[in-house]
Amino acid sequence: MSTVEVPITTRKDWTSDQEVRWCPGCGDYSILAAMQALMPDLGINRESTVFVSGIGCAARFPYYMNTYGVHTIHGRAPAIATGLAMSRPDLNVFVITGDGDSLSIGGNHLIHALRRNVNITILLFNNQIYGLTKGQFSPTSEQGKVTKSSPLGSLDKPFDPVSLAIGAEASFVARTHDMDRAHMQETFRRAHEHKGSSLVEVYQNCNVFNDGTFEGITSKENRGSMLINLKHGAPVIFGGEQEFGVFRNADGSVFTDRISDSNRSAIITHDENVEDPAAAFAIARLTHSNREPTPMGVFRDVNRTEFGAATTAQIASAQALKGTGDLASLLRSNGSWTI
Amino acid sequence: MTKPTQTTLKSVVLRFAGDSGDGMQLTGERFTSVSAVFGNDLSTFPDFPAEIRAPAGTLNGVSSFQVQISDHDITTAGDTPDVLIAMNPAGLRANMSILETGATIIVNVDAFDERSLTKAGYAENPLSDGSLGRYTVYEVPMTTITTEVCKEAGVKPRDAERSKNFFALGLVSWLYSRPTESTVAWIESRFSKVELVKQANLRAYRAGYDFGETAELFDARYEIAKADFAPGEYTNVTGNTALAWGLIAAGQLSELPLFLGSYPITPASDILHELSKRKEFGVRTFQAEDEIAGVASALGASYGGALGITTTSGPGLDLKSEAMGLAVSLELPLIVVDVQRAGPSTGIPTKVEQTDLLTAMYGRHGESPIPVIAAITPSDCFSVAIEAARIAVTYRTPVIVLSDAYLANGTEPWAIPDVADLPKFSPNFATGPNHEKADGTPEFWPYLRDPETNARPWAPPGMAGLEHRVGGLEKGDGHGNVAYDGLNHERMTNLRAQKVAGIAASIPALEVDDPTGDAEVLVLGWGGTYGSIAAGVIRSRARGRKVAHAQLRHLNPMPSNIGDVLKKYPKVLVPELNLGQLSKMIRAEFLVDAKSLSKVQGMPFRASEIEAGIDAILGGAL
Repeated sequence: MSTVEVPITTRKDWTSDQEVRWCPGCGDYSILAAMQALMPDLGINRESTVFVSGIGCAARFPYYMNTYGVHTIHGRAPAIATGLAMSRPDLNVFVITGDGDSLSIGGNHLIHALRRNVNITILLFNNQIYGLTKGQFSPTSEQGKVTKSSPLGSLDKPFDPVSLAIGAEASFVARTHDMDRAHMQETFRRAHEHKGSSLVEVYQNCNVFNDGTFEGITSKENRGSMLINLKHGAPVIFGGEQEFGVFRNADGSVFTDRISDSNRSAIITHDENVEDPAAAFAIARLTHSNREPTPMGVFRDVNRTEFGAATTAQIASAQALKGTGDLASLLRSNGSWTI
Repeated sequence: MTKPTQTTLKSVVLRFAGDSGDGMQLTGERFTSVSAVFGNDLSTFPDFPAEIRAPAGTLNGVSSFQVQISDHDITTAGDTPDVLIAMNPAGLRANMSILETGATIIVNVDAFDERSLTKAGYAENPLSDGSLGRYTVYEVPMTTITTEVCKEAGVKPRDAERSKNFFALGLVSWLYSRPTESTVAWIESRFSKVELVKQANLRAYRAGYDFGETAELFDARYEIAKADFAPGEYTNVTGNTALAWGLIAAGQLSELPLFLGSYPITPASDILHELSKRKEFGVRTFQAEDEIAGVASALGASYGGALGITTTSGPGLDLKSEAMGLAVSLELPLIVVDVQRAGPSTGIPTKVEQTDLLTAMYGRHGESPIPVIAAITPSDCFSVAIEAARIAVTYRTPVIVLSDAYLANGTEPWAIPDVADLPKFSPNFATGPNHEKADGTPEFWPYLRDPETNARPWAPPGMAGLEHRVGGLEKGDGHGNVAYDGLNHERMTNLRAQKVAGIAASIPALEVDDPTGDAEVLVLGWGGTYGSIAAGVIRSRARGRKVAHAQLRHLNPMPSNIGDVLKKYPKVLVPELNLGQLSKMIRAEFLVDAKSLSKVQGMPFRASEIEAGIDAILGGAL
């Protein structure tokens, strides 16, 4: 609607007047701060920006952004955002969701939004627990998780959100974490700039019900050895002294090993743009717990037709072919007779 | 034998019945179309199984199409067929129960072989065992003749056999003196891409027509004169088509882009199909991953300033409940079309019922009022779609439109409205701040209501200065921020209820058809039973009964005068295709001793059933 030039703004301009009501110490605060501080740099208008959320702790996010925002129902944010983004291609639509919201009750909408490639940026705050309902295991909780609803340990095998998104052939998939503002901002920025659906998994600490679950990989002292930073076009190496690398097996799967003279040339080079999702999927399968080296950054970034633009193009071509619809003719399209 | 006598009828009810692969719907539609253009009044009732191709030759696979044509105003497809055209033994057997003594049966005698008879469950051939003595039966070798006439055109017997429905159409067209030109032109255009099929159908059609003329089998030929229509331009529409067109019209009248989020479901899918092929109107259709995404995407589009619509049926309505509750809370326009079918659960997907009224009214958690309107005839679906949009847009509310499987597929002649006469309505989007902070700075309050309609401002994203957050959490009156205060919640609950109740001020009064003004009983129907009730009431009046008839389109809120109407009559009969849902509402709301006349057989009421209900209530038996 608005075509005015983007005014210079500060973080304050993007911060609403509502009191933030997350538990003190929640990882959501740092994600919110990163986002609010990033917004002035994205080159977009407040009035053309919409945050859509479902239900859960993360879903309160839109109330705190001084943009348009809608806090909807459990799991349905991708579907609501799909209707919004399709009919309003001029908007910047962000979906804020959690692991229960997007992978349990809303799993269906998530995978379909990703496969269609509708122009929405999905930030999935993964704390591996149900927080708002006070601490039940979530679809990303590790097997054997002891919670109020699983006193003898959960039996469910968890989803890995990045693997799931790549499996749905999402065109942009990334992971970041709440302990690294710069990394979050860079990842969010790229997700926003991507045309089509983008999914960013954000490891987020729930300090009340699942405190420290990611500490083994994301804390300052562990990051060096436990985070595998993915950089497009660079060899995939990690470790305090970059002494480990990622290598490919004959079957396409990948594994980590200490780098030596004999294997140095076999270290894989990260390529975000590979069409076949199998390459990114293999990297996503490197880790199966929060105690293993874990890839961070952009797994996959490919160009694919954006869904909303494609629907607009169909309308345009119908109008080019038939002219803009005429109601009086439509009412006679079954044939008519005069008495 | 002499030339058949020419007899004029006031009306006739025909029923085409055969296998679901026999093309009975197409045959019925063609006969209807020719009769419509000829100038008869008419009403149709397609009746088909849920299976696409149920086992051939079995009773489960029978597909029927009933049409009544007349020289006067009619409102139903008729209670019982005067003529049954049965393409096979199953088509005959499945319809025996509705035939009355004296009816005419035309059968494709070629299909009455031992195998087909067995499949239909006949131990003896009904054509020879004397069981059809009460009827006039014509045995016509439809398959044989069709195959023969097609042979000359080089059509193989197996392919030619599939054209036998056109033979039947030709024969019936002769019998009822239908013009042939338009059907010939239609076959030529419809099958223009496959020359052999076109030739086969044309030859079969002509052979059927000629057979009537030359076989000397029929001793009478009939005419049904044109009906006395008001001058104007007419077309023939199904309820689903009319509904889709009404939605397109609503988009133009409000200057809002249409967005349809829908998941395929019988019998609502044709609305999705119709809108999907009308992209030149700027209609955006989205086949969602499920019913929930259908309504959710529509609500998302409405949030963005479009007219969001979702269409569904039966179980789909249940799945949409939560999102409809969100629409109540967000106070955004949304149209939910429910084409009712027999339930519960999957029920009988292609058969009619009116069993979703209470779900539409009350089927959500929390105090969640939603306006409900119901179409009363196939063509009324057009007006109802526009009315639903007017209410949704003006009052910022979800609206449920109740159609049903009978209206969805049934057709009637419709006087095409002048587009310029259709009512315009404006979304009146918010254009600027509507409130001042204590310090005098202007601000935007998303829940500050219009004093007249109680509607909140609709401020789609894109307008600088109106950035705001809304959601499913309770909102503070006016400012719209999250509010958990109990008294505020009560105020908001009442405001939402008052807003919906207040719509009554904008809807027309309930009209009562009561020619003498002193009827002994009011028959109060709603939605798609209009035709059946009107026909039943006419029958009762012909027998001297004083009967009034009113048909509700607006179920929530009801027209303001309904209380007065109900109290005016000593007795109230409420016929419904459910176990008494409207009658329950009427009794609860108005303390009136309304009696329920109920039917849940997957079929519309017959006029005779309404007539019997009127007799029963007046005789004290109800």
